[in-house]
Amino acid sequence: MAGLSNAELKKMTQEERVTALGMRTDQLTGRAMRIEFNPDEEERFEYPWAPDVDFNKRTELDVDEMTSTEANQKIRALMQEGYGTIVIKNPRGKHSLGVGILTRLRLIFEGSLGYFGVGLLDGPNVTINGRVGWSCGENMLAGTVVVEKNAGSTFGAAIRGGDLVSKGSVGSRTGIDQKGGTIIVGGDTGALTGFMMQRGRMVICGNAGKNLGDSMYDGTIYVGGNIKSFGVDAVEGELTDLDKAWLTRKLVQYGLMPENGVDHFTKVVAGRQLWNYDNLEPSEKKIVL
Amino acid sequence: MCGIAGLIHKGKSSNVGGEMTAMLQALKHRGPDSTGYAVYGEGKDGDYVMRFVLAEQEDMTKSFDMHEVVAGRLKEVETRLKLHGAKVKSRDQATDYAHRFIISHEGDTEKMARHIEDIEGVEIMSMGNGLELIKDLGDAAVVSEQYGLENFQGSHGIGHTRMATESDVDIRSAHPYWAFPYNDVSVVHNGQITNYWLMRREMERKGHRFQSSCDSELLAVYTADNLANGVSLEESLKRSIDEIDGVFTYLVATKDQLGMAKDTMAAKPLVLYESDDLIAMASEEVAIRAILPHEIDTTDPYDEEVRVWQA
Repeated sequence: MAGLSNAELKKMTQEERVTALGMRTDQLTGRAMRIEFNPDEEERFEYPWAPDVDFNKRTELDVDEMTSTEANQKIRALMQEGYGTIVIKNPRGKHSLGVGILTRLRLIFEGSLGYFGVGLLDGPNVTINGRVGWSCGENMLAGTVVVEKNAGSTFGAAIRGGDLVSKGSVGSRTGIDQKGGTIIVGGDTGALTGFMMQRGRMVICGNAGKNLGDSMYDGTIYVGGNIKSFGVDAVEGELTDLDKAWLTRKLVQYGLMPENGVDHFTKVVAGRQLWNYDNLEPSEKKIVL
Repeated sequence: MCGIAGLIHKGKSSNVGGEMTAMLQALKHRGPDSTGYAVYGEGKDGDYVMRFVLAEQEDMTKSFDMHEVVAGRLKEVETRLKLHGAKVKSRDQATDYAHRFIISHEGDTEKMARHIEDIEGVEIMSMGNGLELIKDLGDAAVVSEQYGLENFQGSHGIGHTRMATESDVDIRSAHPYWAFPYNDVSVVHNGQITNYWLMRREMERKGHRFQSSCDSELLAVYTADNLANGVSLEESLKRSIDEIDGVFTYLVATKDQLGMAKDTMAAKPLVLYESDDLIAMASEEVAIRAILPHEIDTTDPYDEEVRVWQA
């Protein structure tokens, strides 16, 4: 892997590439294929089959008459042609739009998405000038998603990285099973927000519903408004200067900074009575050990 | 996974039949087994619109003399209506087994309805002043065409696309449910009710009738029971959150109201659009977009939320 450039990898067949990258070639069942990085070698931040896109190359795509599958295939085809900025017109609440994009891309939706919008992302910067349905940004690994209006339930379920922002209010079970990354909500959130949260940070500028942070393993939730009730094993933590600095940076970045600052935010963390996992990233663990 | 939808126009009449068809067709993927409508038209000056079926759709092909059997049942319905002093003012027939009568009747409509439903295979879908309840197997386009709903004028309506999980694929288990014997009350539901048998036994002890083994029927019976005891629609919806277990979102329509309730976990979806003259709600935003193609602001109601709108 060390001696291979991206260009060389791109020329290979899928099978050759898989072998060259040290991945398994036998059929995996029930698990997603994963890329194994060797920390001792040069880090590879891109998928070798990802197309080279140019952010300055912009195009528009009207998906009004397309199915979700056709629209997603067309986005991929445009990326292959090198388009780095794609504006989607008339999404009209269609489900599963813009999913599975594993490279950098600027994706702009001029309208609202349905369920499972922009799930399984790894890298793109997405703006949605509308609202989203249930499970927006599910399983995101990296990138940013900014929703200008409200979002449905299970917003950012099981995300592992990146920033997921809704400037409006969101439904219930926001950030369920969150494993990393940041979820920011400009308005209110519903019941069981941060349910079984394992890592990462969540910021709720408005009010939080009942059972906030229920059964959370780890991670941090900041709430600017009222909390209806805490969930099992969720406790209030001390808001430090470091927290305030981080909150200010993030909220200013997305234009959500409250007029009265961030001093009034409540910090919610795991009481660690139910679960007690260490919170070290695998790379950090290696250093410690 | 079922799909529910509802809309209410404030202070005006509109093509609710066509609008509900567009919304339900957009939700077809949530439930392809059957589609049902409860639409509310202009009152019939004290007359009742009686929608009823004489057999299940699949029964029609089960025996060679089924059409004669159905004709016999229809005759018996007419006889019993006459017996209770009801006058049939008009007769329409959507399918071999589904009929629509406009009747005038003074007296105990519940007693009459029970007597008619006592005929084997006969089920009254609805008997109301404004309400017309239509349900059959197939998607919204099929049912709408069969029953001529494309131009139905009214103020509000609710509808349902069903994916059968708890009971059979038949008209009896399709939604909406009429809150028997409350003339103009109907219910659609998405979810599972886990204390169904407990509640059903309680309702049966009070004398209520159940036509199916579908858990959603309980909500219609429960609502009817509350209304009979003088409880308001809003209060009934609020009580249901405490008294009914399970995951559910359901809509209830009366002659001039539309209400919604969401369970304590908010586990079943509902997207809500509100404007000055129209309120529309559905399991998915695509259904609302089917009648409002321009960009709109929608919200998800929270857990334990109850809302009631006036036509």
